[in-house]
Order: sequence, then structure tokens, then C-alpha cells
Amino acid sequence: MIEIRWHGRGGQGAKTAALLLADVAFSTGMYVQGFPEYGPERMGAPITAYNRLDDKPIRVHSNIYFPDIVVLVDESLAESVDVTAGLKSNGSVIVNTTQRPEKVREMFADCESAVYAIDARDISLRCIGRNLPNTPLLAVVVRTAGIMEEKAFLDNMEESFAHKFSAKPEVVAGNMNAIREAWRGAILL
Amino acid sequence: MSKRDRLSGNEAVAAAIRQINPDVVAAFPITPSTEIPQYISSFKADGLIDTEFITVESEHSAMSACIGASAAGVRAMTATSSAGMALMYELLYVAASDRLPIVMAAVNRALSGPININADHSDSMGARDSGWIQIYSENAQEAYDNMLMAHRIAEHPDVMLPVMICQDGFITSHAVQNIVTEDDAFAKAFIGEYRPEKYLLNPQESLGVGPYSVSVYYMEIKRQQFEAMNSARRVIADVSAEFTARTGRAYAMFESYRMEGAELAVLLMSSSAGTGKVAVDALRERGVKAGLVKLRVFRPFPAAELAGAFPGVKALGIMDKSDGFSGCGGPLGAEVRAALYGKADGIRTIDYIYGLGGRDVRVEDFYEIFDELARMAGGAEAPDCRYHGVRE
Repeated sequence: MIEIRWHGRGGQGAKTAALLLADVAFSTGMYVQGFPEYGPERMGAPITAYNRLDDKPIRVHSNIYFPDIVVLVDESLAESVDVTAGLKSNGSVIVNTTQRPEKVREMFADCESAVYAIDARDISLRCIGRNLPNTPLLAVVVRTAGIMEEKAFLDNMEESFAHKFSAKPEVVAGNMNAIREAWRGAILL
Repeated sequence: MSKRDRLSGNEAVAAAIRQINPDVVAAFPITPSTEIPQYISSFKADGLIDTEFITVESEHSAMSACIGASAAGVRAMTATSSAGMALMYELLYVAASDRLPIVMAAVNRALSGPININADHSDSMGARDSGWIQIYSENAQEAYDNMLMAHRIAEHPDVMLPVMICQDGFITSHAVQNIVTEDDAFAKAFIGEYRPEKYLLNPQESLGVGPYSVSVYYMEIKRQQFEAMNSARRVIADVSAEFTARTGRAYAMFESYRMEGAELAVLLMSSSAGTGKVAVDALRERGVKAGLVKLRVFRPFPAAELAGAFPGVKALGIMDKSDGFSGCGGPLGAEVRAALYGKADGIRTIDYIYGLGGRDVRVEDFYEIFDELARMAGGAEAPDCRYHGVRE
């Protein structure tokens, strides 16, 4: 089983990202869970969302305390939340960051796990025209978790975007460029 | 043809309601069940159902509208949670005593105070004496399946009682998970048409619903409710067996999980049963004779069957996701102990109050509970009841 914990702020779409990832994994035939942890619902407040992905039915219904992957949608959370709590030593942290690589490595100096940095904000601004970090982050998570090969993932996403944006097909290309760039763009620190 | 899908608990229940296509839905929004009437409203706008969807100004009115519709002779449904259900309490008794087969999608949430939007069973446990049949679901699949079975149970001529299908708020209602849905033709054929024997809008036979009852009649009405609830045992068993035969998904009054040779066991309802099964599997690997009973039907209460469900068990943990504030445990604890008394004496029991207000229930919680049960089986002292997973 792969367990993933998303840390974001209310309004940034960490929950949506977890649901999107569940969809992608589901389409490969996996058993999935995607769920948010609801606290006080305020824009900007720290929120957590979770994924479990497995090749057999998933029966556990608790939050995730020992994740394989932690995704930091908002790097400023690292100052106030122990985002790597319980992270497996052979696990990975994926950080959406605008900082230089050595600065990010410093933030996770005590972390034994692999740390990946990606500027999802920059990618989404350039490719989509808005700050929608979920789409690029999804590509990095799918690759890091080994859920799908690149081509299968791109084909899957193209179909999903075509369906989702059937009323405005012109945005499909930008979204596809964002995930293509993100797939190859994460830096292992 | 069944279909592999991924849905949240609320989406799953809404999918079942679309297939049921009830005549009337009356609902008022309350977290975490709000999405259910939202989906119903969309289905209606999209022409997928021809339900009369009544947006009311309170849950008291929602249940009142359901009572009126059901008495008139049609299928009526609602969805609610927590304080919304509490505002219905008066009408829940009216629905049951008028023998109206209303079906409710209940999404369990804590009651105030302190105000809290997360799961526990305080809301439906407050309605446990209202005369409604109560069926609890472990996950989205069970919430969907139980909803497809609800009308067959409620509308059976020997039952004619309202049914609530319960699932845990957020833990189930807002978690996307794998599910198998049945096709519309199967669902519609299984549910069938509703043809009430007696109904208010029948011009051939006049009928009074809900009149004042003087003392010389009141008790006879209650005696008939008692009889109907007892008949529901057989009807639930029959409908569940038919559903199981047609879908391959097993349903009964309760599920015994790895109870063969079990010496330590827990009994609980809804989502945490899944987490408990993971713990039981791990404990069995280590040679601990652990087992689990998941109660599906709380009303009617399967006392006689439960008395025989724990052969060889030395210590049993009964897990209550609500506190009845009796000062000696929650409602499940009291009823399970009453069921065992004189029939399965010699089993040491402890009642755990757990998971209140969405307090997370982990696999490790079950390890701690089974450790305590093992000590009890070995003769150690233990309280009759304690809170588990609380900071103190």
C-alpha cells in the first residue's frame, strides 16, 4: 500500500489534488482512498488530505501517520506544521517551492527521506496562466509513487482534461504542457 | 451489469437514491449530509429523476413533509445529520407510530456541545427508541447496498416502519473509495413498485392518519409497533439474503469476522470496523486469538443471535461511538450485555467510549484494546467502562 499525505492551506486545492490522484490510480485498476481531514474551514488555514493506494481492497479508515510520500502544496507550512512527522525513511517529500535547491535542502536538513523540489507555481503560471499548483504536483506524485508510466499518464490526463474542459478545449494544451514539464521538472535534492 | 466505480459515501447514497427515484424528497442542508440533497436537486434539474423535491425551512418541516407524503401513499425520503436529526426527533416518533415507510439517509455526526461537525453516533443513538429501523454501514459500498435494500424492508406489509441508513460523517461520507454499483434495471427490479395497502389519497377507502388516541387504544398501537419491529428481523434477513444471492455481497444482522476460535473480541459499528479488521488480521498473524463482530442492524436489536456469537470468547470489548451518560457506558454496551446476560455468562466485558466528535481511530487503538482484553482474559482487574483515545 502507498500512503500519501498532502499539506496545504484552505483554498489551495489539496483536497482536490487528493481526489484527482485517487481518480488517476483508480483508472489503473487500483483500490483507492482519497479524503480530507476537516478542521475549521477557513481560507488559508492549514489543511491535510490523504490518499491510500493499493492493489487489494483498503479497509482501514484512519488518518495517515506513517506516509510513504508527503506533498507540501505550500512550503510556508513547514514553519508551523511538522509536515514530515512519521514519514518513512525510504519515503519522499515533494515540495512546491520557489526557493533555491540548497535552501530547500536546508529546510529538510533532518529529513532522511528523498526531497523533491518543484516550482509548480511557475509552471502553472507559464503553462496555464494561473497559479494552479495541483496539476503539476499531481504529475510529480504519480511519477514518484510509480503509479503510471509517463505515456500512460499523459494519455490518461489528456482524456480527463478533454472531458473536464469540454466547454473550453483551448485550455487542454496548457494543462498538458504543465504536467509534461512537471513530470521531468522535479529536482531530487 | 454491475460497474466498478469510485465514489464518496454521499455520492454512493445519492447514486442509490437516483435509482430509487423516490416520489418525494424533503430535506434541509446540514453538514456532512448536505451533498445528498444537492445531488438529488441536480438529478432533478437534469431530468434523471421525477421526484418532487421540497426545500423546507427546517428538519422538523422536512420530516413533517415526508410524513404527509408517505401518508398520502408515495415513497418519501430525506437526509440529515446531528442537530438536524435532533430537530426531527418529535416527528421520528410520529413517522414510526403512523407506520410510514419513510427512508432516511443518515450521515452520523456528533451533537453539540461543543459544536463539532465530525462523526460519532450520538445523533442516531438519540433516536434509538423512536421506532425506526437502524442499519449502519462500514463504507460507501455498504451505504449504497443498504440504501437499495431499505425500501424493501420498510414497505413490507408485515413491517411498515421507517428506516434510517447510517454512515459515518466525513470518514465515509467524504472519502472517495472503490465501489461496485448495480445497473438501473437491476436496482429498479430489486426495489420494486410501492403499492401501499392503505393510503390517505385513496378515494375508495377513507382513512385517518395520526389522530389522537385515548388510553383505551394507545397501548394497542404500541403493541402493533412492537410486532412490526419483530417482523422486521425476518424481513431484513430475507431481503439481505436475496441481495447477497444476486450481488455476491454478504449482508446479515451482523458480521462475524475471524471469530472462529476467537478468545478476545470487539463489537462495534460502521467505519471503525474496517480499521478493526486490519488489526485483527495483524494480531492473528502474531498468534493472538482475536476476532470482531460488526453490528449492522441496531434496530431491531439482534439480541438472541448475539448471545450465540461469542462461543469461546473470554473477554469482549464493546465499542460505543456515543456516550449515553448513564455513568456506566454507552447504549451498545448496555444492550449487548443485556443480550449476553443469562445466555452467555462468563464472558468478561468492557465498554469503550471511543471516536467521539471525529477523534481518529487508528489500527494502534485496537492493539491497545486487545492488549487490555488479553489482560482481562488472564484475570486482571478492569473497569466496566472507560473512555479510549482520550487525553487525561
